[in-house]
Amino acid sequence: MIRTPLRPLARVLEARAKGENPDAIERENLRLRHEEMRDRARNRAEGRLLMLGVFFVCAFAMVGGRMALLAASEPSEPRASAAGAEIQALRADIVDRQGRILATNLETVSLYAQPPLMVDPTHAATELARIFPDLEVERLIKDFTGTRKFLWIKRRLSPEQQQAVHDIGDPGLLFGPRDMRLYPNGTLAAHVLGGAGFGREGVHAAEVIGVAGVERTFDEQLRDPARAGQPLELSLDLTIQAATEEVLSGGMRLLNAKGAAAVLMDVHTGEVISIASLPDFDPNDRPALPTQGRPDDSPLFNRAVQGVYELGSTFKIFTVAQALELGMVTPETIINTKSPMTWGRHRISDFRNYGAELTVSKVIEKSSNVGTARIAIDIGAERQRDFLGQLGLLETTKFEMVEARGGKPLLPPRWSELSTMTISYGHGMSATPLHLAAAYATMVNGGTKIEPTLLKQNGPQFGPRVISERTSEQLRRMLRLTVSQGTASFGDVPGYAVGGKTGSADKPRIDGRGYETDKVLATFAATFPAHDPKYVLIVTLDEAVETSGTEPRRTAGWTAVPVAAEVIRRVAPLLGLRPEIEPAELTGITLTSN
Amino acid sequence: MRSVLFVLTACAVIALAFWAYRENYRTQQALDVTEQLQRDIGASRARLSVLRAEWAYLNRPDRLRDLADLNYDSLGLMPMAPAQFGRIDQVAFPPEEDGLLEITDPIEVSNMEARP
Repeated sequence: MIRTPLRPLARVLEARAKGENPDAIERENLRLRHEEMRDRARNRAEGRLLMLGVFFVCAFAMVGGRMALLAASEPSEPRASAAGAEIQALRADIVDRQGRILATNLETVSLYAQPPLMVDPTHAATELARIFPDLEVERLIKDFTGTRKFLWIKRRLSPEQQQAVHDIGDPGLLFGPRDMRLYPNGTLAAHVLGGAGFGREGVHAAEVIGVAGVERTFDEQLRDPARAGQPLELSLDLTIQAATEEVLSGGMRLLNAKGAAAVLMDVHTGEVISIASLPDFDPNDRPALPTQGRPDDSPLFNRAVQGVYELGSTFKIFTVAQALELGMVTPETIINTKSPMTWGRHRISDFRNYGAELTVSKVIEKSSNVGTARIAIDIGAERQRDFLGQLGLLETTKFEMVEARGGKPLLPPRWSELSTMTISYGHGMSATPLHLAAAYATMVNGGTKIEPTLLKQNGPQFGPRVISERTSEQLRRMLRLTVSQGTASFGDVPGYAVGGKTGSADKPRIDGRGYETDKVLATFAATFPAHDPKYVLIVTLDEAVETSGTEPRRTAGWTAVPVAAEVIRRVAPLLGLRPEIEPAELTGITLTSN
Repeated sequence: MRSVLFVLTACAVIALAFWAYRENYRTQQALDVTEQLQRDIGASRARLSVLRAEWAYLNRPDRLRDLADLNYDSLGLMPMAPAQFGRIDQVAFPPEEDGLLEITDPIEVSNMEARP
């Protein structure tokens, strides 16, 4: 670059000749140069600003353009990315503890019609009525020829039906894909699974939502696409559930019972291995809710979870457990059992007179109401209530089925002394068989509280201690004696050392005045093997009667106990329990010295 | 010199364009293949779920029980009983037969005295 000199010689000489100050020329030139520099710097700064501005405009335009594009375009699956099984839109399967399917999905189609597209509505209607006998021709013709633009015809079609509809060949009959919930085992574990129905429906898809049971409880979890179809593992075992249901339904038929329920539970983990309630239903085709009659007349009613019953003498073990725990009695303490016992205006009597006195162990064995009532008086209402509360018998269980919330125990409005006595042998308070199973598990597992659960667990529960290890062992011995020589003698299964307690409770009358005379709810609460309990089994038969003798027998020892024994005989090998020779009582030798 | 450079640049541009063109088509083809594979995977999954459902349906306990009853003559299947599931150390040894010596000169012995 050519710099202009600040003092050009020619002009300086000229100025000197004229007698002017040549410094003025220099100043003038310096000013011009500064102005030029300023203009250049300004231009450059303006250029940079412009660049920056253009850059930002472009960036924002790009963001805006992309947004507009995304908003306007149809959603489509990414073609290039290798999406694997991370996301699945299907409802997850439900499997049993060994991974066998209890509920899964099946792709099927639904049938809908668009009458404006139809070629021959009358022909289509008659053909459809021929394929689906439950559709009426007149109704279809009216729909097809009327003003309607769209109507659903069938929610689910079988492949054969779909082919038959294809063969009609009418362009106005269209199919939409559907995912259908399928319960391949039919009525098996129907109450647990509940059932599913369609939620919001569109032509291309429909929501499958759980209606009852675990399908409803775990609805969110089963529908969550992020779980990628990871199945829900229940604690149930398919084969054991099947065997239990088979034996139970056989027993129910033989004994003319109105209904039956069974709960088989692991005493350490609280896992429910099988839970059955009869009569049952097919969850693939769930019947409608009953609108009249008693709720337990409907097959939808789950007796094991929703049915609150007075469970009778099975409660005696809790009274005795508490008395043992408080140190008030030992199994050998003599109790006055003179029957009938009068308390104010009320009389308490035994099924049969067992003599004037019995040991505590014999009170359980013979099931003496009077003996238990006497122990209960000593315990007192307050303490009894607290103890039953610790066992979880005063509130609903935390069982993972929506129906469990309906199984709230019925308690006396005022826990009087008389209530204390009747509750001690299982009258005046109602609970569900599931409550009883959990409480019995606590009694025999060494004394820690058990919450029943329907999900597969990894290890035992460590609940708060309710009774001591020692008390638990004494109770196990009493339960075993009840089966080996007491009221539940039909319950003995060789090799499995069954222990248990019977309960036969007269059913309360529907009108609420007193009790029925010939309707009994027979319950058997069993545990096996009694010397090292692993499982608790509760069998309840509603209005069962055994008629092989001269007069009908309704006590649990004749009804629920043989059924429970058969269940144990069938189920114990499936549980992997080998028949064992029961360890004999050791001869008492004490080490002493003199 | 300069013209050689121009020619070379032009050649390079043509080559790159050709390469880009080919890559584009290969990408398109790969995408088509992926799409087809995705569809196949989807179809396989659907088929698998149907097969699993069918397997579960055919193995449902009711049906197996009926089949066992129907084929009782040939199979003789019964529900498992505790007796079939004992411990091996609770089973008695079979009587030893081979250990006995062969009788070479038999004598007849009466057990009349042993009877009461």
